[in-house]
Amino acid sequence: MNQSGEMPAAASSENKSSGSWFLKGMLAGIPICMGYYAVSFALGIAARNTGMNALQSFVMSLTMVASAGQFAAIGLIGAGAGFIEMITTTLIVNLRYFLMSCSLTQKLDPSMKPVHRFGLAYCITDEIFGLSVSVNGYLHPFYTYGITFVSVSGWCAGTVLGVIVGNILPAAAADAMGVAMYGMFLAIIIPPAKKNHFVGGLVAVSMLGSFLFTVLPVLRSVSSGFRVIILTLVLAGAAALIRPIPSDPDEEEEEQ
Amino acid sequence: MKGNVYLALAAMALTIYLVRLLPFLFLRKPIKNVFFRSFLYYVPYVTLAVMTFPAILTATAHPVAGAAALATGLVIAWVRGDLFATAIGCCLAVFITGLFI
Repeated sequence: MNQSGEMPAAASSENKSSGSWFLKGMLAGIPICMGYYAVSFALGIAARNTGMNALQSFVMSLTMVASAGQFAAIGLIGAGAGFIEMITTTLIVNLRYFLMSCSLTQKLDPSMKPVHRFGLAYCITDEIFGLSVSVNGYLHPFYTYGITFVSVSGWCAGTVLGVIVGNILPAAAADAMGVAMYGMFLAIIIPPAKKNHFVGGLVAVSMLGSFLFTVLPVLRSVSSGFRVIILTLVLAGAAALIRPIPSDPDEEEEEQ
Repeated sequence: MKGNVYLALAAMALTIYLVRLLPFLFLRKPIKNVFFRSFLYYVPYVTLAVMTFPAILTATAHPVAGAAALATGLVIAWVRGDLFATAIGCCLAVFITGLFI
């Protein structure tokens, strides 16, 4: 990790807390790591079935860190798709990260070193974004790096093991670990929903909308990546029209 | 499988990274526009809720186990709001339900 090497020794206060933020991030990342391990195992098995070896799969997981995106990538490589198709599909499947990056820029300290923008961009996944955006006040980049370090380790290890040994985890344990991520999501969205009834309503409507997308005839055929994008644009947009946030949302939250 | 796998991986990885990076490069200042700010404030809640439900029901071998995880997660998140406790609680709910199915 060269992030720490980029910090000049003189930047004292930020430096002192960087280590503890990194550690804090690593602890917070444990549930993500567990969930990632289970998912990336399946990914590794899929990669092996396509004919990819352990090193290729490792490189893929380390450089992409995207679940749906990588399943799509494996399919494209297996089908011998052309570069145009690869790039367009990748763009569409991963478009939600664009929204998440937009959202996370608003949590950054204006005095943060610009180089961290390149580091943080690598860290944007559904889960790491969810944790990072939920901190109070400005986000310390090393908190996100800590989460990412632990999560991506699990992600890569799971992928490689999936390729090499197939399913060594007992099915019951893999099954149980797979829901850790969802538990974490609930822990992020439910406490604010409890405090703020408008957010609570928004969460309920979002879940209902997501459910409808899996049962209604035409909507059913929409891929999960697009479902996230459509519902996020429509529902977060509607929420912003109905209940605009006048000042700093974090301050307001604390006052309530 | 044909062509160079590493070349294909590089093209796709670069695409994903650019999707993630562009907002960081172009949104340098706090956004003043009230609508856009509010929209971005609500984004995580909608996104995470959409990704959690109903996916949690199909994440396990049996939907009942997923439902147990959802119920457990909602209760712990509501009462304690603790990230790790909620995640572990969900896992235990699936594991225990699995013993009875």
